[in-house]
Amino acid sequence: MRSDRVALSLVAPALAVALALAVSTLVLIVSGNSPEEVFGLLGEQLTRVGELTKTVNRAGPYYISAVAVAVGFKMNLFNIGVEGQYRLAGVVAAGAGVALPLPGPLRLLGVIALAVGVGAGWAGIAGALRAYRGVSEVISTIMLNAIAFGLTPFLLTRYFQEEAASGTIDFATRTAALPGGGRLPSLDALVPGGLPSGVHLNAFVILAGLVGVGYWVLVWRSRFGFDLRASGANPHAARTSGVDAKRMTVFAMLISGGVAGLVGLSSIIGAAPYRYTDESFLAGLGFTGIAIALLGRNNPVGIAFGALLWAFMDIARTPMSRADLPREITTIMQGITVLSVVVAYQVVSRIARRRDAAAIARQVDDDPEGGTSEPSGGAARVGSPA
Amino acid sequence: MAISRCRPPPSPEPVALAATPAVELRRITKRFPGVVANREVELTVAPGTIHALVGENGAGKSTLMKILYGMQRPDEGTIAVNGNEVSLRRPTDSIGVGIGMVHQHFMLADNLTVLENIVLGAEPRFPVLLARRRARDHIVELGRTYGLSVDPDALVEELGVGERQRVEILKVLYRGARIIILDEPTAVLVPREVDDLFRNLRELRREGLTVVFISHKLDEVLAVADTITVMRAGTTVATVDPAQVTARDLANLMVGHELPSPETRTSTVTDTVELSVRGVRVAGAGSRPALDGIDLDVRRGEIVGVAGVEGNGQSELIAAVMGLADVIDGEVHLGDVDITSWSTRHRRQEGMACVPEDRQRDGLLLDAPLWENAALGQQTEAPFANGLFFDRIGARRRTDEIVESFGVRTPNSDVRAGALSGGNQQKLLMGRELTAEPRMLVAAHPTRGVDVGAQAAIWDQLRQARADGLAVLLVSADLDELIGLSDTLVVLFGGRMVARLDPATTSLEDLGCYMTGTDPAGGGDLDVDAASAAAADVAPGADPVAPTAAERR
Amino acid sequence: MTLVDPGLTAAPIDARPVRRDPIARLSPTLRYGLYASVLVLILTTAEQLTDQTRLTSANTWSSALELTLPIALAGLGGLWAERAGIVNIGLEGMMVLGTWMGAWGCIEYGAWAGVVLGVVGGALGGLLHAIATVGFGVDHIISGVAVNILGGGVTQFANLELFDSTNQSPRIPENVGQVRVPGLNDVVGGLAGDLTDTSVLVWLAVSILGLIAVTWRFHPSRPFVRPAVITGLAAVAGLSLIELAPYLDGQQRFFVSEVGRIVSGLTDELSLVVVLGVLAFPISGLVLWRTKFGLRLRSVGEDPVAAESVGVNVYLMKVVAVVVSGAMAGLGGVSLVYLFAGQFRTGQTNGRGYIGLAAMIFGNWRPAGLALGAGLFGFTDALTLQSGQTTRALLVVVALGSVALVARALITGRWRSALIAVGAAVGAIVWFNLVDELPGEIVVFLPHLTTLLVLTFASQRLRPPAADGKPYRRGESG
Repeated sequence: MRSDRVALSLVAPALAVALALAVSTLVLIVSGNSPEEVFGLLGEQLTRVGELTKTVNRAGPYYISAVAVAVGFKMNLFNIGVEGQYRLAGVVAAGAGVALPLPGPLRLLGVIALAVGVGAGWAGIAGALRAYRGVSEVISTIMLNAIAFGLTPFLLTRYFQEEAASGTIDFATRTAALPGGGRLPSLDALVPGGLPSGVHLNAFVILAGLVGVGYWVLVWRSRFGFDLRASGANPHAARTSGVDAKRMTVFAMLISGGVAGLVGLSSIIGAAPYRYTDESFLAGLGFTGIAIALLGRNNPVGIAFGALLWAFMDIARTPMSRADLPREITTIMQGITVLSVVVAYQVVSRIARRRDAAAIARQVDDDPEGGTSEPSGGAARVGSPA
Repeated sequence: MAISRCRPPPSPEPVALAATPAVELRRITKRFPGVVANREVELTVAPGTIHALVGENGAGKSTLMKILYGMQRPDEGTIAVNGNEVSLRRPTDSIGVGIGMVHQHFMLADNLTVLENIVLGAEPRFPVLLARRRARDHIVELGRTYGLSVDPDALVEELGVGERQRVEILKVLYRGARIIILDEPTAVLVPREVDDLFRNLRELRREGLTVVFISHKLDEVLAVADTITVMRAGTTVATVDPAQVTARDLANLMVGHELPSPETRTSTVTDTVELSVRGVRVAGAGSRPALDGIDLDVRRGEIVGVAGVEGNGQSELIAAVMGLADVIDGEVHLGDVDITSWSTRHRRQEGMACVPEDRQRDGLLLDAPLWENAALGQQTEAPFANGLFFDRIGARRRTDEIVESFGVRTPNSDVRAGALSGGNQQKLLMGRELTAEPRMLVAAHPTRGVDVGAQAAIWDQLRQARADGLAVLLVSADLDELIGLSDTLVVLFGGRMVARLDPATTSLEDLGCYMTGTDPAGGGDLDVDAASAAAADVAPGADPVAPTAAERR
Repeated sequence: MTLVDPGLTAAPIDARPVRRDPIARLSPTLRYGLYASVLVLILTTAEQLTDQTRLTSANTWSSALELTLPIALAGLGGLWAERAGIVNIGLEGMMVLGTWMGAWGCIEYGAWAGVVLGVVGGALGGLLHAIATVGFGVDHIISGVAVNILGGGVTQFANLELFDSTNQSPRIPENVGQVRVPGLNDVVGGLAGDLTDTSVLVWLAVSILGLIAVTWRFHPSRPFVRPAVITGLAAVAGLSLIELAPYLDGQQRFFVSEVGRIVSGLTDELSLVVVLGVLAFPISGLVLWRTKFGLRLRSVGEDPVAAESVGVNVYLMKVVAVVVSGAMAGLGGVSLVYLFAGQFRTGQTNGRGYIGLAAMIFGNWRPAGLALGAGLFGFTDALTLQSGQTTRALLVVVALGSVALVARALITGRWRSALIAVGAAVGAIVWFNLVDELPGEIVVFLPHLTTLLVLTFASQRLRPPAADGKPYRRGESG
């Protein structure tokens, strides 16, 4: 039974990826491009250390964003506001972090704490609205996103902007750079064979790893995680077993937002420019996180693969356009992969359910003593055939 | 088979037919996995009559009517309507031969108006546009003819239950039904609305329509029906003329079989009251509260059985005791402590356990493995919790224990709970709750869907737990189970407790009477106020035997 | 997963029953007329107090209408889908498809072809969503997110292939024509020679008085007469007003001239795309509430089990609804191209799909309320194009509006709502006095903040379709 389940849970992503490849090949052929060239180039990127490093760097924030979303998904909550959460968290953490009168490593911790706190608080608003006013977190997080997009430059220009060096006119909208002590140490030494110039391995990926471990421990090993998963799987049973649905909702959103707040730290504590600026901040990470969480089925390892895959396809765009190949195909592949994953999972889970039902039927036939079951088909009360 | 003790069994001949029967069901059989819902059912309904179908829960009445309405297809047997054999594969087929069904749970969209609900799917002939005026005229006319007046432009949401029922009836009349099936129509009506309904039914009959209605309320059935068919355990047992029977006779037919001999045993009931419920009131869907002032005590070492037809407040009682419902009034005490405001989790942590009535919806995570399901309800304590963490090893070990002692048939504890049969799921649930050694257990239909052997095993476990001092509140539709297990038996009717009985000395007839709101002494309507006062009158700590039942012997 | 969960909502802010609301007793026409008048009054007063004439200028209102349209159409798309029980988060993606297909269609085949193709593009997005949700039972929100991603990706790819750029398409070579909404003279003037301004004024006065009289006194027994009379009188009033607009503007009187300017802004030189978009609303209302098809569609969103039990084809209704939903979003996308940018640009939609959904909730799943909600966004949007001073004047508008809400709350006996409104008024006035101008970043998210506040405080009165967001499998009534 167990190997059965493992096999089934591998079929779906395999199916999804295959479907995405098939459709992309089709699209390429139809638009007059050569699939061999495209896939060949992609394959070649896999061998370049520099490209791989960039992939890993980019995968870090993707991973964290996906985990943030996944925490919510575990309770059937959709946190679409990750982007607003990390922007707000980023500007406050960078801006206030610079001002903190703390020694190096403590400053680093302070920045991280600020990011988590702001992100959690922002998402917590949506959580409270959902728990106590019944407002869908989908709409409220989207609205909060827009508000965050407005608040962030506001805060930046009013409170956190870097002071222009005397005598110069500095138009850059950015916070001051974090001093060296507040940054993550460099990991370049770890890469075998060295890196091409200008490419660094961002230590942020370690933070991402820690988040992943924390996610796994929290959701699958802690009491809170049990309640969380139970609420997501069957809110009625969870309630009967004593779970307080409202508090769970708020906590889940707080954690989701807290994790989301970390996303932007990649370019604040991990790599140049070590500050918050509008340009260096990756846009659209919120939606990417959703897609990757879906791709990885909310599983920490699955999300890791998804993040790496996604990042790889993103990084490949530059060499692709340099080689005069359509790089938008990667976006299409990404979108199709998401859709095919969910469809594939629906199909697979239905097959699994049918097989289980057949197994029960067989059991009843072989062994009437073994137990009776209720008629299927949504009878109003289970066990009451009449 | 001991049936009636007062009269000779009534004649099994149906009422003499004057013309082709409106509906004739022959040898109808319907099976579901593991259950035979209808077995060789024979039913003949004369045209222009009101024909009632009575029976307990699970007797097969609803399934039979669903077959007649095309929502289910029989495995065997024939259906003839107005003399012609028909095959009813979907509701539209039945509508086509003039059969209309008024469901127990109304199929009305709250946000649409009465007119829209009636007309949906059978809109008046007119290209594209909804010919509201034509529809409205027709509805008003129907209302006048049959005495069913409703405002066509009112939103269904604003209507009371009686009015909604009228809309449902209009729905079927609008489609030209000549045979109308009503499923438990009086279940949610207050007496005045019941009178209105019966007046309408007589009106329908006067116009030549045929009415078939399902009910378990015997005095009402006797008041309005021309013929009564009794079903029991999936088959029809008798068809009688209401003029020749009493409610007690019907109760017997519905329920009658050997009285299970309660085992002689030494009572384990102590004096310590574990659970105490006082004056608890829980809101219902309509204007009537679902639970209307219940006083109940359960002592250590005692099983208090709650009897009653489903829908009379049992679910609300369970919810109130476990902290899952909003209690408008009254108190719940665990031991000496007032727990009325406690959360469900707190109650569980203090030693309350619950086996819910809908195990799949409220008791299990179908897609999770058994060892996670075993933790539900106890996830904050050992062996499932270890500080802030979830103890997988402890959970697995406990699950194996449960599987072992309760005989859950499963290869291992990693299996998805949804893959187990219903009976094994139930065993797992019972095992999970009992193994935690609670002080107080609320068990709803604990052996529903469980085979005989496992049932006996669960009963043994319950008795053992009781001997060890467990206090149990047992809600069940299985009268054998109630009588066999309970030390005290109470009956709920209409949200009130109308009787407190000694199972050793209670007859099934009396029990059936109380359950259906009939006075066992006279056979008329039960005076609910007096009865519940009498039932509550037993002082806590006194011997809970209702003198009236014993006296009547 | 619904967008507003009535089951979860806590007790409403004002738990006590509402006293009879005299305003609710008016016919809808009069009620909306009253609201409109109050709104104009507020704006005019604010104008006088702050010297900001842009609040009621024809330009502002013309822009407001154009800016409202894409959001409103997206919201209308959302409405169609949700009325059939499907949550459509993918409106954004469908809108993007509409923008690109509209631009490309116009470039390749001409202006109207562009409109048609844009609509088709959105509909195709809707079809995808429908197949995923209805056919495969995929969660509505997930499918919507996927459609959004795909919409962006596909259009970028197509643009790259056909126009060699990832950011924008070439400008559209032509556009649909413009019209002026007809006034009374255009409709009846020909019969007896052109009417003079004074006589039109008389028509206007008569029809308004007639409307009031009919509402209060006229209750004939025959069913259709009263609504017909009210509609007729309202039409005459409206046409007169349109005809009089320039005249009123010239009068330089408080309130009167503002009315004139606003009406001019709303009716002069309207792109046909705008006309099409505006017409979509009454047509949707008609179809959904007055036809058999519409009734069946709505029943599917309210109670699919009941609908199935009377023979409605639930799956078909859902699919049709979602495809139409996509078509509406597509039209919204077309309007973005034809009215503003004149080309396809990535990121053009900028979240309007989601705001449309918010407007739909704001409007309680009805086209009229939806239009009002979208109008709020559009108007604020139009103002952000102005100076910071003008947007500061918005605070005065908020304050005055809160006062109106206080009055309404007091009439109906809702004390807590009144208190909240008073707080809002005070807050707005204080803020107004504290700053010289409203910072641009803040103004940009004012509509979103408003939506959030509305959803938070008004959720108890909302009435989404009862089966919205719930997955449906046939035969569950068995």
